[in-house]
Amino acid sequence: MARVKLPTILRSHAGGERAVDAEGATLRELLEDLETRYPGITEMVLTDDGALHRFVNVYVNDEDVRYLGSLETEVDPEDTVSILPAVAGGR
Amino acid sequence: MRFDDVLDAIGDTPLVGLPSLSPPGVRMWAKLEGQNPTGSLKDRIAKAMVEAAEASGELTPERTILEPTSGNTGIALAMVARRKGYGLTVVIPDNASEERIRLLELFGAEIVLSPGDKGTNGSIEIARRLAKDDRYFMPFQYGNPANPRAHEEGTGEEIVRDLPEITHFVAGLGTGGTLTGVGRRLKRHDPKVKVIAAEPELGDLVYGLRSLEDGFVPPIFDESVLDRRFLVNVADSVRATRRLTEREGVFAGISSGAVLHVGLRVASELDRGDVVCLLADGGWKYLSTQAWAPELERAEKNVSETLWW
Repeated sequence: MARVKLPTILRSHAGGERAVDAEGATLRELLEDLETRYPGITEMVLTDDGALHRFVNVYVNDEDVRYLGSLETEVDPEDTVSILPAVAGGR
Repeated sequence: MRFDDVLDAIGDTPLVGLPSLSPPGVRMWAKLEGQNPTGSLKDRIAKAMVEAAEASGELTPERTILEPTSGNTGIALAMVARRKGYGLTVVIPDNASEERIRLLELFGAEIVLSPGDKGTNGSIEIARRLAKDDRYFMPFQYGNPANPRAHEEGTGEEIVRDLPEITHFVAGLGTGGTLTGVGRRLKRHDPKVKVIAAEPELGDLVYGLRSLEDGFVPPIFDESVLDRRFLVNVADSVRATRRLTEREGVFAGISSGAVLHVGLRVASELDRGDVVCLLADGGWKYLSTQAWAPELERAEKNVSETLWW
């Protein structure tokens, strides 16, 4: 099972947990699994067309999936998936 | 080297090899932007944004420059404002390191503090509200094309000149100006060059206050120029910053550690290559964070509570 780190705003869907387990061979499958376990949790992550929301960044092992396979990015059981909102990086 | 004034001394920074940190077959390089007059790459964009506004007529002598900044841009603007005779107000998160606030004060900038737990988004919010008053001119580094242009024509041009055989470029993702500007110049030089972003993993509080729909992607950031983007946490950044000093004698800021961390991760996948890491500033402004303190854990904790990016 991959480890999914949740942003603060989604933790209420998972009983306040900062990280949960989920499985899927691809990120898309993993998000579907996450939605099954915690209904409503992917509402802000995916658009109605099932694409990644513009202001959400998802990382597999700290690498942004938009530069890998996006929702088709492969996920291994040992992987860490992080979901974060887009914020200004400062300076 | 001789210049007519300090503004002409901006840029043309050294590109230094990192032989002790280079894996077999790969050469690691660091561009030392800390060697700019106020100690960061922001001198480039401060000069460019102010001069562009003077040329367009947006900035006239009676207007005051106003900018949301976590420090470096404010300090750079303060130098430019001093040299050119403009007033400057900066909006900065209250958890910025004390050196940054001290520097702004001694350059004569007026400081407005924003809530530290709202990060840079908080300072942008307040600056936008203030900027409605016509006496202010806000360069707005996040949306000003003079920002990436300065990097395309300056930083990127210098890299192409000094290391035409570059294969990978790594820089921090803040406004997106460096990656966009240097990225565009490098892709024009050789479309095969990989442009890679190191993004800071900020504290929970900074992420926590926003709905995912309230996100912010800087308007000047051209994501199409990126090939890869990595998240880096405070611990890895601090550790890498320390390695730079310990192994190479290079004294750089914490974001430079994040960039090196990503550069080394990418280099470990290569048989050969020339990887340039853009080190945005020197370590001076981070000494009070204890980032180089003997106990690594304390260093990491202290840095994470301050504005390290």
